[in-house]
Amino acid sequence: MKRWQSSLLYLGVAYLILLIGPLAGLDIPRIIGDIARSPDVLVQQILVGLVNGAIIAIIALGYTLVYGIIELINFAHGDLYMLGAFASLTVVGALGVQDGAPLQSSLLPMLAALVVASVFCAGVNMLTERYAYRPLRNAPRLAPLISAIGVSFIFINTGLFWGGLRAFFPIMGANAAAPKSFPDLLPRIDLLKQFGIQSNIAFTTKDLIVLVVAVVLMVSLHLFVQYTRLGKAMRATAQNRDAARMMGINVDLIIALTFLLGGALAGAAGLLVGLYNNTVVFTMGFTAGLRAFTAAVLGGIGNIIGAMLGGVLIGVLSALSDQYLSSRWTNAWVFAVLVIILAFRPGGLLGEKLQEKV
Amino acid sequence: MNSPSSLKGLSPRSAFFVALATVSAGVLAAACQPNTTQAPTTTGGSPASSPAAAGNTVKIVSSLPMTGSSLGQTQTIVNGIKQVLEESNYGACTGKLKIEYEMMDDATAAAGKWDPAQVTSNANRAVSDPNVVAVIGTFNSGAAKLAIPILNTANVVMVSPANTYPGLTKPGKGEGKEPDVYYPNGIRNYARVVPADDLQGAAGANWAKTLGIKRVYILDDQELYGKGIADIFKSTAKNLGIEVLGHEGIDSKASDYKALMTKIKALNPDLIYFGGITQNNAGQLVKDMRNVGMTNDRVKFMGPDGIFEQALIDAAGKDAEGVMATFGGVPGSQLTGTGKTWYENYKKKYNAEPEAYAAYGYEAAQVVVQAINKVCKNDRAAIRDAVMATKDFEGVLGKWSFDANGDTTLSTMSGNVVKSSKYEFSQLLKAQ
Repeated sequence: MKRWQSSLLYLGVAYLILLIGPLAGLDIPRIIGDIARSPDVLVQQILVGLVNGAIIAIIALGYTLVYGIIELINFAHGDLYMLGAFASLTVVGALGVQDGAPLQSSLLPMLAALVVASVFCAGVNMLTERYAYRPLRNAPRLAPLISAIGVSFIFINTGLFWGGLRAFFPIMGANAAAPKSFPDLLPRIDLLKQFGIQSNIAFTTKDLIVLVVAVVLMVSLHLFVQYTRLGKAMRATAQNRDAARMMGINVDLIIALTFLLGGALAGAAGLLVGLYNNTVVFTMGFTAGLRAFTAAVLGGIGNIIGAMLGGVLIGVLSALSDQYLSSRWTNAWVFAVLVIILAFRPGGLLGEKLQEKV
Repeated sequence: MNSPSSLKGLSPRSAFFVALATVSAGVLAAACQPNTTQAPTTTGGSPASSPAAAGNTVKIVSSLPMTGSSLGQTQTIVNGIKQVLEESNYGACTGKLKIEYEMMDDATAAAGKWDPAQVTSNANRAVSDPNVVAVIGTFNSGAAKLAIPILNTANVVMVSPANTYPGLTKPGKGEGKEPDVYYPNGIRNYARVVPADDLQGAAGANWAKTLGIKRVYILDDQELYGKGIADIFKSTAKNLGIEVLGHEGIDSKASDYKALMTKIKALNPDLIYFGGITQNNAGQLVKDMRNVGMTNDRVKFMGPDGIFEQALIDAAGKDAEGVMATFGGVPGSQLTGTGKTWYENYKKKYNAEPEAYAAYGYEAAQVVVQAINKVCKNDRAAIRDAVMATKDFEGVLGKWSFDANGDTTLSTMSGNVVKSSKYEFSQLLKAQ
């Protein structure tokens, strides 16, 4: 398509949006008026979106990591994160931590949950790779994709079964499929008030912890991939598997390692979301996975910094849409933005700039 | 020499497969046995064939979501149905008829709640079994929309213990051509023992008014049941002079609602009304409402009977304290007379407190069994007519009738509040 033709197409789309705008709540003057009346609500929503985006980004890392190495969209990743949340809930419950326990008594159980959930998910992910993906590595690309969808269903049903184990873990509640309440353990001190700033904006230690954990995970992953020997081997495997093998890299081991890392991240994300949203349910992996996958694509799949950018973009967009439009349009709005961005940058926001895929 | 040589030609491997094939063929034949002994299965829609089916067995099926978090409610409905059948020794007409019961699941694990394809397939299975004369179900109004027309053309009656969407039965209360679109052969085959939402939504608004609520924000889960009830709550609240700050649908699959609740908090309501069910994330709504600082002493949370179950409290944890739920009837523990006897029996038999819908499951099964007793033969149409004609029925819920639309004449409802992690009966409500 010639340049002027595509410009015309975008003009047409823009015109359509303006036409149905009032229906979808896209009436700009009202929104500007709202923002002018209470600017602190805007700031608050951006903060909410930032934290939610950080959570999406952590899950997105798992997609991006695996895609970067073997170009497989690991659809089971979202559900693996759900299993991580169940593992954390089980540990926290087994150690007898109550809702609202003080930090002194809940810190160790939380660390234990982090270790158990990460190790558990890393192990499950490695086993999945070994038995569900490795045999299909040289098969047509659709085969491992279907395999991943199958694994995702297995995980969902495992979660459902796990939720029914109230005989062993009373914290699972009376009903296998019902959402389970995750104890509220992170301290909730309003930071702005703590520093003597009086405002309507709430930013608590709980939000801060999520942001810090997300940033630390992402930066360390980035550093690991860019500056360590193993990271170098991962990048080499991503670029050309056969050449890497000729250079003496154990490709199977490197791929297994990637899945191990992705699994550990999923476990950590499961705990983090449990602590932040305080709800665990066996269907939570699907939506989270979809959003995380979108974030990964938006940022440029295979790119770690891109995943973070995509996650934050989706988080903030959803929060603003909930505030200024209507929550029933939020998903449509987020995915419309995705379509527009991909139309201009098919490789995602950072997809083209960086050649390396990890 | 001839016969051994032919055996020798069979390698061990293929011999194994031959053996396997023989065994599986045997199993298949055995599995098909019950079907072949019955009358040839006619395709759905020809009810006249039913007398051919031996005539002394009738079958009741229930189609309810048995996978997913509705299970808490649906299991007690099934318990109620079984109670009725056990009391009548799985028979009717002093032993002339045998009653069979089959429980169908209309939910799938992947959906976590009722699944349209499953509902349709259940209904078709019920129709194609000539012994089936009545269906008890569905639990969700959206599922009823799919099941009723399929059963209607085959003259199978359906009695719901839980559907509350008005448009299923009441002309003018639903959309477009409702309810006639559900009854393609023109004869009503659907009745419900639970009052519809046009009463429950109104009862909720009345309750809010008596509690002194002035500003309400309304949410719904964008499903038939939830949106319907939220709309009725909205119009009643407006009439009562309660200010409606906004009304919107939520994404029931979202992982959190902090942004939405932040927006609502800025509008300063004293009640959030949620038209929807627990399975559509009501627990997370309550949590995030408390998370952004709307405490129970300042902002209340109210919902319909879709959140009137223990699953909501399990989901919302300590934040569930103070959540209010209307219920289109009276909880088992508040029943009087025969209802009280039933409540005691249920507790003794199943060693558990019946969930809200248990009494309605029991009542639905009672109505069906009573109709079978009147007709005394396997005749779908006659049993349908007998159920629809139920008048002055003395059941566990009191004395009531089905009106011309198949709705119960009962209209007493209750308001319930969560106190120390349990729903407690708070007060009786009137819809008008």
